Amino acid sequence: MPHRMKPVVYPYIPNSVPSVKEAMLKAVRVKSVDEFYADIPESIRFKGRLHLPEPLLSEADLVRHIEGLLAKNTGAREALSFLGAGCYQHHVPAVCDEINSRGEFLTAYAGDPYEDHGRFQALFEYQSMMGELLNMDVVNVPTYDGFQAAATALLMAQRITKRSEALLCGTIGKDKLSKIQGYVRPYLQLQLLGYSPVTGLMDLDELKQSISDQTAVVFFENPSYLGFLETRAAEIAQIAHENGALCVVSVDPISLGVISPPADYGGDIACGDIQPLGIHMEYGGGHGGFIATRDDPEFVMEFPSRLFGISPTIVEGEYGFGDVAYERTSFALREEGKEWVGTAAALWGITAGVYLALMGPQGMIDIGKGIMQRVEYAIRQLSKIPGVALRFEGIHFKEFVLDFNQTGQSVTAIHQRLLQKGIFGGVDLSAEFPELGQCALYTVTEIHNRADIDRLADSLQEVLL
Amino acid sequence: MRLGLIINPLAGIGGPVGLKGSDGVEIQRLALKLGAEPQSPQRAKRALETLLPLKGKLQLFTPPGVMGQEVACKAGFEPVPIGSLPHGPTTAEDTIRLAQELFEVGIDLLLFAGGDGTARDMCTAVGTRLPVLGIPAGVKIYSAVFATHPRTAGEVAATFLNRLSGSGSTGEAVSLREAEVVDLDEDSYRAGTVSVKLWGYLLIPFMAHRIQNRKAPSPLTEAASLEAIAAAVIESMPPGWLYVLGPGTTTQAIARRLGFSKTLVGVDVYRRDEVVDLDVGERRLWELTQNYPTKIVVSPLGGQGFLFGRGNQPIGARVIQKVGRENILVVSTVEKLNALRGEPLLVDTGDPATDSLLKGYLPVITGYRERIIYPVKPTSELYNTYEKE
Amino acid sequence: MKPIARKPIPRRFHQARWDEPIIFELSQPGARGILVPEVDTTIEEEVGDVEQKIPQNMRRETPPALPEMAQIHVLRHYMRLSQETLGVDLNIDVGQGTCTMKYSPKVNDQLTRSPKMADLHPLQDESTVQGILEVMWRLEQFLKEISGMDRFTLQPPAGSAAIYTNVAMVQAYHESRREGQQRDEVITTIFSHPSNAACAKVAGYRVVTLYPGPQGYPSLEALKAAVSERTAALFITNPEDTGIFNPQIEEFVKVVHNAGGLCAYDQANANGILGITRARDAGFDLCHFNLHKTFSTPHGCGGPGAGACGVTTALAPFLPRPTVEFDGKKYFLNDDLPYSIGKIRPWYGVAQNILKAYAWIMSLGADGLREVAEIAVLNNNYLLNKVLEIQGVSLPYPEGKRRIEQVRYSWEKLTNETGVHSEDIETRVADFGTHYWTSHHPYVVPEPMTLEPTESYSQADLDEYAAILRQIAQEAYTNPELVLTAPHNSTVHRTVHEPFDDPEQWAITWRAYKRKTAARDHTSGA
Repeated sequence: MPHRMKPVVYPYIPNSVPSVKEAMLKAVRVKSVDEFYADIPESIRFKGRLHLPEPLLSEADLVRHIEGLLAKNTGAREALSFLGAGCYQHHVPAVCDEINSRGEFLTAYAGDPYEDHGRFQALFEYQSMMGELLNMDVVNVPTYDGFQAAATALLMAQRITKRSEALLCGTIGKDKLSKIQGYVRPYLQLQLLGYSPVTGLMDLDELKQSISDQTAVVFFENPSYLGFLETRAAEIAQIAHENGALCVVSVDPISLGVISPPADYGGDIACGDIQPLGIHMEYGGGHGGFIATRDDPEFVMEFPSRLFGISPTIVEGEYGFGDVAYERTSFALREEGKEWVGTAAALWGITAGVYLALMGPQGMIDIGKGIMQRVEYAIRQLSKIPGVALRFEGIHFKEFVLDFNQTGQSVTAIHQRLLQKGIFGGVDLSAEFPELGQCALYTVTEIHNRADIDRLADSLQEVLL
Repeated sequence: MRLGLIINPLAGIGGPVGLKGSDGVEIQRLALKLGAEPQSPQRAKRALETLLPLKGKLQLFTPPGVMGQEVACKAGFEPVPIGSLPHGPTTAEDTIRLAQELFEVGIDLLLFAGGDGTARDMCTAVGTRLPVLGIPAGVKIYSAVFATHPRTAGEVAATFLNRLSGSGSTGEAVSLREAEVVDLDEDSYRAGTVSVKLWGYLLIPFMAHRIQNRKAPSPLTEAASLEAIAAAVIESMPPGWLYVLGPGTTTQAIARRLGFSKTLVGVDVYRRDEVVDLDVGERRLWELTQNYPTKIVVSPLGGQGFLFGRGNQPIGARVIQKVGRENILVVSTVEKLNALRGEPLLVDTGDPATDSLLKGYLPVITGYRERIIYPVKPTSELYNTYEKE
Repeated sequence: MKPIARKPIPRRFHQARWDEPIIFELSQPGARGILVPEVDTTIEEEVGDVEQKIPQNMRRETPPALPEMAQIHVLRHYMRLSQETLGVDLNIDVGQGTCTMKYSPKVNDQLTRSPKMADLHPLQDESTVQGILEVMWRLEQFLKEISGMDRFTLQPPAGSAAIYTNVAMVQAYHESRREGQQRDEVITTIFSHPSNAACAKVAGYRVVTLYPGPQGYPSLEALKAAVSERTAALFITNPEDTGIFNPQIEEFVKVVHNAGGLCAYDQANANGILGITRARDAGFDLCHFNLHKTFSTPHGCGGPGAGACGVTTALAPFLPRPTVEFDGKKYFLNDDLPYSIGKIRPWYGVAQNILKAYAWIMSLGADGLREVAEIAVLNNNYLLNKVLEIQGVSLPYPEGKRRIEQVRYSWEKLTNETGVHSEDIETRVADFGTHYWTSHHPYVVPEPMTLEPTESYSQADLDEYAAILRQIAQEAYTNPELVLTAPHNSTVHRTVHEPFDDPEQWAITWRAYKRKTAARDHTSGA
């Protein structure tokens, strides 16, 4: 590869203009920048040139190259997708995309509540709107994703109760479980509870047997990872409380227009992922986690995340913002500090706020209702196909498990054939939940209309013949 | 808002050693050696100037003449004079008496300008019954009860008073904490170096940081930090071992967490589940360490980070040698270590071999599972340069 | 017409001040911002009111009290808030030291908005996502070359998560050699990012912190006092936030290796050393990069970012799953990693940011990256010279200590002479339309200021920023009240802080605020 001899002036590097560089070198009284690297010993100085591809210096060439790569992808909207399992295809309002492409929001970072006042207000409003959805007074600035939110919520419960065991619903997704297991290992012993093979619901007898005065927390998801509602949630919370344990529930925020939030049935800490709220799937890059509690210092003090609060300024009528409870006052043995804080998912928090403001109460009701109606219709249509059955009885939100065991075919094979028809079938569960055999998790949202569902049913019917 | 002010006009001249029978010339030499000029009136004035915006809401109480009123007027206040000055030069007894009178008048905060000697006088006069804050008078200071700078003293005082009176504060959060007042050891002084021992405590206001550290987890409050340190030490206490706790607020927290009381300035000995002996002297300590496996827990004293001093301090050279370096636990909050500005922790046991044993780097327990590796130096090495001058 | 007076430097900035209410206050009952697709009437007829099947105690009877607004009002509200925020796009953002606030090229943002990036589901058949998998694989190859490490994971969502990933791999490594129990300590430095200590603690480690010596970095002696058979790893940044490069880094690594520990290189401060020195060459076993710092992806008000962890072959078995592989023909995800630490987050990484970082590197190449580093260092030293001309500022650590890509200064002299603190200067810069950062806590350098120009700013930009600081310093000496009562030209004035620490008063949501202030209204009769 030829080494470029002519000095390049880079559009992203203003001072790469040779005369400017010269002037600046003179101003700092060095012959070359190399003098500033004098503290780096010769033995670790990289010699030569990094082996990287020749650059695409013109923007047009870069665009061509990247678009060439992207052309090898098929976006979910170019096909008909029923994939879910934690990442969802909902409609992303244009105003959401507009606001999170604003250069100010996109390129700001960690300024003060003065010059970045807008950012603080937008995140405070996000916290507030989530608070309404969740019926709780304390919501964090977003953490990385729903996995982190769950793991941190579990550790918060551990720190509050000072106990060392956690009981988790058995239908939790294996990836989320992996994250939790790794994260809580030094602090909590985890036990997965059994679930009914008929309804998928948590085995309450096992819960009652397993819970003890060492149990810090009982954790479940509502809706479950497998799509059904954990209808005995109130009972689970009660059992937890009777034993001095806290109840942590992971929920889908887009369901909360029609389904009560955990606060209403005894949940102490609510958590989950905001991706469904106006954020594109981004191949898994569109996640943000929320954690919410009641306004009790005992809980507030355990948040690792930032909590923005509102306050007056020295001028009457102005809204000021800042960090609440910046110094955490609690310390408990076996725990040190409150995890960590870092760059996480603030822009998605702002986006979710825009989404909720656009939707309003009626929008959230409409979308929840509409999704459940479409799911019910889908379940009915798909259950009519010979060999295909709904695996779990009971009420579902936007996902449901289809059982293909009776077809004698593997989900892989079935879905490959669907793919050839331009359909992305649901998520294959056979490796993740071997006890279910050949099952798949299908997701239906407001972006699916009747024709889509009928097409799925017809196609499945065809490929199963 | 009721603020008290007392100035020790002889601060610096009196020296950190006190006026008891020391040669004036010697004191002067030491004062120069410690690199200071007495400037307490000037510095007090600078501190007061920072408080001028509060003039309308503030009542300032101060002794007459050179011990307060003069400076207060020059700074632009109309102080209420309290008490009376003696005829002739003022002494420590006068300072103590006047401070007591200010306390009795009923004030929210007492500012004093002076050095360690004045700090000891405040201690004697009011103890921890009243928030007190020192305006540094220009001499080298060993107690931890002073602001870093006269202006800061004024700032902290203003913020504290504002908070108390409930006016909307845009400033830092202010808390109160006990801080150490020390006495300098005469033997060390005679040997040409410095070492300190704990004299008592004052209750000082301090400001937590307001502009948030956006990239770090929320810190624990000072109180919570002390709890964490105490927990760390206690957790490592094997049954049967003796724990010798030196003086200081951090070791106090350990005793408290064990459920025992601790003497104010003495060295106390405990086991995990019992008090062995309180306020022990050197001989008793030597006896105990002969018979039982022992750990010594000390925390840096005062504003200059003294770990061990000489003279008749209980934790003497032979005890340290017996116990061994690996059984010495140094405890401190990060903030306190940080206030040392990178300067090493200091030891001056009186025995060069023991000093050598301790020098280098020691781990300092700063939290539940946290340690900081910090440099330790004998004061003789620090003050070598002074001798040569 | 006579010429209009030229614009002064510093400029007479005023932030947008919309006096914008909280969004709930803009609510108009009944208004709609967007309508949701209606269910087909035939479906409606067939299935009816499905939500009635939700058990009573779980059915939401009271609609969530979200604001009700027409679409234009939602847009306008957020546009105004956006105007009240300063991004890199708007300001000379050299004041956010360690954050590497460089230009995030718009073309990269635009490219990632393609439905062929934004609308990809992570569980799509691999044949339908070859493009993004190829990008991920190729970026890994780039980072391997830039760092000298053997393998990378792009899964961590940002820098601290990447540090945690490295901590977890260190732990898994020692456990695999049955030394997990024995090695329960991690060593770091006080100038490293606080997450180095925090992540180690979360993983159950005891943390030993080194203080800098008079040279500005910890001494080898201090390290030796910290290292023992209990050492699992050293987590260190180099250069640290002071901008000083520790020239003994190889010896540091050797000392830790001799004790059986691993060394992890926090490369948050990589911007000045791209192509100059590499993690592998100093002997590191692990490293991490922040794609939203060094590699230009936008900061997003605090995320989403992206992190990348590099490891030697010895540690590769422990990488989070799945890895991205290429068999010569196609790209695929490999989940068959029996020793993997498992999942750090859902899926494989913040894919759109991975794409942006990839595009950025492709637009610059090896020479371009070298130029990035050199100009970042030149800019930093140029600004250093200008800042040191300002009264009251000083440079800690010995005379002649060089700085790489950022500098931590001290305003202690100015504070002692004027009573104005660094944090006051921080607030006053808002009046000039820019940012400023002091330091992590605790402040080891007193009255700190940490500036990092990066390569994205011109000489004129740097002159302007220095002029702002000079002006404020002058104000501190001649008119300190102006600084102490700032900001004056910002969106709002000084916040009252008391409520934030008082459980009775703090309000993290609007509903909490209404509840707590209604009580006050009631009792005060106001």
